[in-house]
This record gives sequence, structure tokens and C-alpha cells, in this order.
Amino acid sequence: MGEVAIVQLAREESGRVIALLAHRFGDLDLADESVQDALLEAVEVWPVRGIPSNPPAWLYTVARNKAIDRLRRAASAKRRLRESAHELVAEPGEEEPDMVVEHSYVGDEQLRLLLLCCHPSLDRNTQVALTLRLVGGLTTTEIAAAFLVPEATLAQRIVRAKRKIRDAGIPLSIPANLDERVDALLDVLYLIFNEGYLSRGAGDSAIRPDLLECAVRLTEQAVELLPNSVEVLGLLAVELFAQARIDTRVDREGDLILLDRQDRTRWDLQLIAEANRVLALALSAMRPGPFQVQAMIAAHHGNARTSADTDWAAIATLYAQLSAMTGSPVVEVNRAVAVAMAEGPGAGLDVLNAARGLDDYYLWHATRGELLLQSFDFGGARESFRRARRLAANPAEQRHLDRRVADVAHAETDSPHESR
Amino acid sequence: MEYMILINIDETVQAPEYGEPGFEEFMGPWMAYNQKLIDGGHWVSGASLQPTTTATTVRRTAGTPDAVVDGPYLETKEQFGGYYLISAENLDEAIELAKQMPVLAGSFEIRPVAFRPDAR
Repeated sequence: MGEVAIVQLAREESGRVIALLAHRFGDLDLADESVQDALLEAVEVWPVRGIPSNPPAWLYTVARNKAIDRLRRAASAKRRLRESAHELVAEPGEEEPDMVVEHSYVGDEQLRLLLLCCHPSLDRNTQVALTLRLVGGLTTTEIAAAFLVPEATLAQRIVRAKRKIRDAGIPLSIPANLDERVDALLDVLYLIFNEGYLSRGAGDSAIRPDLLECAVRLTEQAVELLPNSVEVLGLLAVELFAQARIDTRVDREGDLILLDRQDRTRWDLQLIAEANRVLALALSAMRPGPFQVQAMIAAHHGNARTSADTDWAAIATLYAQLSAMTGSPVVEVNRAVAVAMAEGPGAGLDVLNAARGLDDYYLWHATRGELLLQSFDFGGARESFRRARRLAANPAEQRHLDRRVADVAHAETDSPHESR
Repeated sequence: MEYMILINIDETVQAPEYGEPGFEEFMGPWMAYNQKLIDGGHWVSGASLQPTTTATTVRRTAGTPDAVVDGPYLETKEQFGGYYLISAENLDEAIELAKQMPVLAGSFEIRPVAFRPDAR
């Protein structure tokens, strides 16, 4: 097993092992550090001695022993050996390596860890970083790269969070107000997904397929751990529809390709089928929510064989529902696009112009530019694309908007219409 | 663990005084809340403070004599008005207890106690 495969295993198993050890020792930091120690040992030992027959159990046992070593060292350093002696002795027969692979047993611990990472007393950026690190198994380096934060800053953020968890007594427990906490978890998962689907600033590419994959993996875990939370299923469907299209979303230069120009023959039909199945399962619970509505919209796109087959009227209705559910003016921008596709650019512009509070939102300006261009208002379109260009954060989007400004000039010279 | 709940409220919102109409309605929920903390084994101590118009602040700068000045430490929209010192299993329980406080509007800062000389 090479280093890459071990890293892969680390991602899949480290969260579970951290969850179990954090519960056993009541110390998250100790659990995390010990699992990292164990992974380092795996990288050294496995290529030489071969992969153990039960890798998760191996990881658990080695990490647990590392934790005991750490406690022993700390205890002797502080001469507190006697007080915590009961923690330091691994009782015979308590290894039970099967429990690491037994989902029903581990589930609770893993859910506790996931909810701990998304605890409301931690700020949102910290929640995201902790979730990726402790549950997703990403390294600090990878998370820092994904969010364009200096590694030292991110490491510091994680250290501070672990310290607050310990010092403020943030518990590893299933909270009484589970629904509220699941909402925070959904926000965190959605942020990770979004960063993968449309990076806010990651270097050359507008997408980060690795982060999207991590979001899917974490959401699948959450689905398993929270079988009664239908919205988690809704989010998973949203993510799977997006993942099915991810390869056609950017060109070779890393520039965005809009939905109507994407090569639909390259969409992953298996993933779309899976997304349809997940969405159907969510909808069968008859408890609608914003993520389910978003998934239904994604389903309309994902299941349209050609761009012309898209049922824009149905999508506009779904956006109206989403708008009513979330009260978010941002949704109105999407609704404007759907309305324009169904009824023409004028109707779309009416929706856009009625939306409030979006002056600093680049997509409002970009969309307005598109609809004005379709209405042959070249001056207005140019001005809107320029405003959007100034507000866009992602380099791929900035390039896209630069092109649209140039396109307006071409359209103007080619057009038989007078500029209005 | 022990947590301090620092209660910040807009002190210009007047509470009825003892003997005034509405005092019972105002005080009842507070008495019930205190009793709940006591019955649940959470009570360590607590107090409400007189308004910041009564406050005096001692400011110490290293190397200079102490300055005694009129007013609170900070002029803010909400003022520090009282505190509870409670015992709770963990932060989640402390947050739950803080949320039950019968205050219409305000902020409750929850801080774990680091050290208390008179702790048993």
C-alpha cells in the first residue's frame, strides 16, 4: 500500500477513530494528535510489513496506545500519575477491534464529533475547518490550500478551536435541540460543497473537484447518521447532481462553461441516477425544505437531455417556492433567469428589478447584463457586466465577465437593432 | 464546571420597583428562575447591579497613580447589569440555562470559570 492509499484510508477512517477515542478519553485534542501519530506510523510500517487485516482496528489500537503514552508522559511530567492511573492501563480484552468497523456502534460517536465541529459557539470558518480536519480527514495543508488561507493561520484556528472546546467545556454529546444543530451542520456541509463547486478564489480553476468529493463523502456520512433529517438527503442530491456535471463545468483553461453550453454527453449518468434516487427518497418523506427544492431544480437540469428540453416554467415555479422558504433575494436572481427563459428577457428583468439589497452582488449585475443584452440594450448590458466584473471574486468569473464586455461590442456592431 | 453568565441589558428599560404595580409580574419569573437553578443544583451565586449611573471605575496605568473616574468601564448600548455564577455539566447545559433567563432583550455572555478561591 503506497502513501496515497494510506492517505485515502486515513480520510475514510480517521474521523471514526477520532470520534471513538475522543469519547473514550474525553479529550478531543488528545484523540486527534494520537490518530495523527498512528497515521504516521502506518505510512512507515505498512509498506514494509504489509497492510494489517483490519486497518481501522489497527489504527484504533495504535492510536489508543499513542494516547495512553501521551497521557503517561504528561502525567509523569506533572507527577499526577496516581490521580489518572485508571486511564493509563489498557484493560485486557477491551480492544474489541470490531467496534471500529461496526457502524451501529460507532455512529453515535461520529455524530457527536460532527455536531461538535459545528457547535454554535465556534465561528463558521472554524466549524468548516474543524469538520474537514477531524471528520473529513483532510490535512491542515489541504484545508489551507482549499480556502486560500495561510497554513499557519489555519493551524492556529484549529488549535484555538480545540482549546476552546476543552476549556469552555463544549460537550461531545447528542444535543436536545438536534434540529437546530443539524441546520448548522447543513450550512457547514453546503459551504464545503459550494467551495468545491465554485471556488471563491482558488488560483486558476473555478472548481475544486477534490473538495466537492469531500463534501459528498461527509454528507453521505451525515445521511447515515441522521436518518430522520430529510434535508440532509436533499443536500446530498444537490451535491450528486453537481458532481455529475463537474467535468463539463470548466474548459481546459479552467474557465466556467455555462449550463446551456455544457457537453451533456459527458455528464455522469450513473451519478444522475443516484441523485434521482436520493431525491425521490427525500421527497417520499413529504417534509419539504430548501435543499430538496434546490435538488428538484438540479434534477430538471440534470435530466434534460438537451438544453432546449429544460422545463424553465417548472424551474421558475420551484425558485418561487425556494424564495418563499428562504426569503433570500439571491434566489430571486435565479428565478429571474428561469422566468426569462420561460417568458422572455423582459419578464426576467422585471423580477430582477423588483429584488432589493443586491447592489453588491455580482451575479445580480451579471444576470442583468445578460438579460439587457438579450433585449438589445447594449449600453446597459456593458455597464452591468462592468459592475459585475468589479464585484466578482473568482478569477475564472472575472475572465468570463471580461469576455462578456467584449461580446457586447461585437453584438452591437453585428446587430441590426439600434442601441436603446 | 462552573460558568459565569454576564447579563448585559439596556438599563434604560425600567423595571417596576417594589410596591409599584406590575412588580409581582416582573419578579415572579425571576424568583422561579432562581429557584430552578437552586433545585437543579446549578446555583453558586448571582446578583443584579444598580445602574451604571452609580458606577465608579478605577483605572490603573502602570507607573502612574490610580485614577478614580465616574461611570462604567465602557459606554455601550447594553450595560452589564448582573450575573449568575452557575454549576453546569458542560457548555451546552450552561447555554440552555442562560436561555431560560426571563429577560426580554439582551446578551448573556457565558464564560467558564478559570479559578475561584472560595470554590469547594
